[in-house]
Amino acid sequence: MLSYLTMPEWSPYAVGIGIGLLSCIAFVLSDKPIGCSTAFTRTSGMLEQLIRRRSKVRDMAYYRQFVPEIDWEWMLVLGVALGACTSALLSGEFRLEWVPSLWAATFGSDHLPRLVTAFCGGVIMGFGARWAGGCTSGHGISGTLQLAVSGWLAVAAFFASGGLTAYIKYGLGG
Amino acid sequence: MFSALHSNRPLQLVIGLGIGFLFGFLLQKGNVTEYDVIVGQLLFRDFTVVKIMVTAMVTGMIGVHALRSLGLVQLHPKHGSLGMTLVGGLIFGVGFAVLGYCPGTIAAAVGQGKMDACVGGLTGIIFGAGLYAHAFPYLSRTILPRGDFGAQTFPEMFRVNPWVIIVPLASALVGLLYWLERAGL
Repeated sequence: MLSYLTMPEWSPYAVGIGIGLLSCIAFVLSDKPIGCSTAFTRTSGMLEQLIRRRSKVRDMAYYRQFVPEIDWEWMLVLGVALGACTSALLSGEFRLEWVPSLWAATFGSDHLPRLVTAFCGGVIMGFGARWAGGCTSGHGISGTLQLAVSGWLAVAAFFASGGLTAYIKYGLGG
Repeated sequence: MFSALHSNRPLQLVIGLGIGFLFGFLLQKGNVTEYDVIVGQLLFRDFTVVKIMVTAMVTGMIGVHALRSLGLVQLHPKHGSLGMTLVGGLIFGVGFAVLGYCPGTIAAAVGQGKMDACVGGLTGIIFGAGLYAHAFPYLSRTILPRGDFGAQTFPEMFRVNPWVIIVPLASALVGLLYWLERAGL
């Protein structure tokens, strides 16, 4: 048992079954599908409250829907970071890395271009996730497993434009 | 049935943290905290992401609908429209490929020490989500309501028992995984 916990990698099928079962557990214990992207909305609202009047921020239509406070999904995202950290520490895979190797092979190992690109990609993705009403977890896993029309449409759109963008980013350059 | 549990807010926060912990543990063990693996999937060079997602879909689809048949859970399909789900999804995909993580895997990547995820990506997502909050009043008047299809599921849309869809769909998805393995992908 302990040797499984220290393994660097599990079969993707074992991981997938685990995530599927975890979705069932979330429905039973919390009456909620697993999702991640609203946590970022709530965080942005909490940060905006630090620089603007709290009541002004809370009065915005979107923040009335997603009140800037810590909720179930926010704790879930925090848990994701802690769980991944624990797993990586157990397998000895935890290390600070600034530039992923696939990136470095094409665009070089300078930190700044990667950080700027990651920030820009993050802005587009954060905006798009909230526009679509969910991300690869909320739509891609929880939506599809509920056979939700929105989930299947979203996941098709994610991978269609993601594939095309990745092709432009790497494929055209060789 | 579990309404007392569901309305216990402090306990729910602990449960959320616990479920997240296991989710993050699985994501890290599945290697999807790696930029190379996620972008590799989008380039059709590495199928780890599809294998994990499809297996989770099949397991969860059968599990959640079985629990629902037993009256233990309720579904919560998201509301959608072409203007919202399709357009937003296409924007998301661009960011997904540029960043190389998604909102769930980025939290896991940060936990594993990926500094590009932490310093670049995480701040970007929070900023992007904040921008959306400001754009929302305009978008909700213009693009979002286009092609509204409600919070529907396919069984509701086709007026069939969910298992009429689940059995062939789950079989097809397992077939896809089998084919990926056979093809050595």
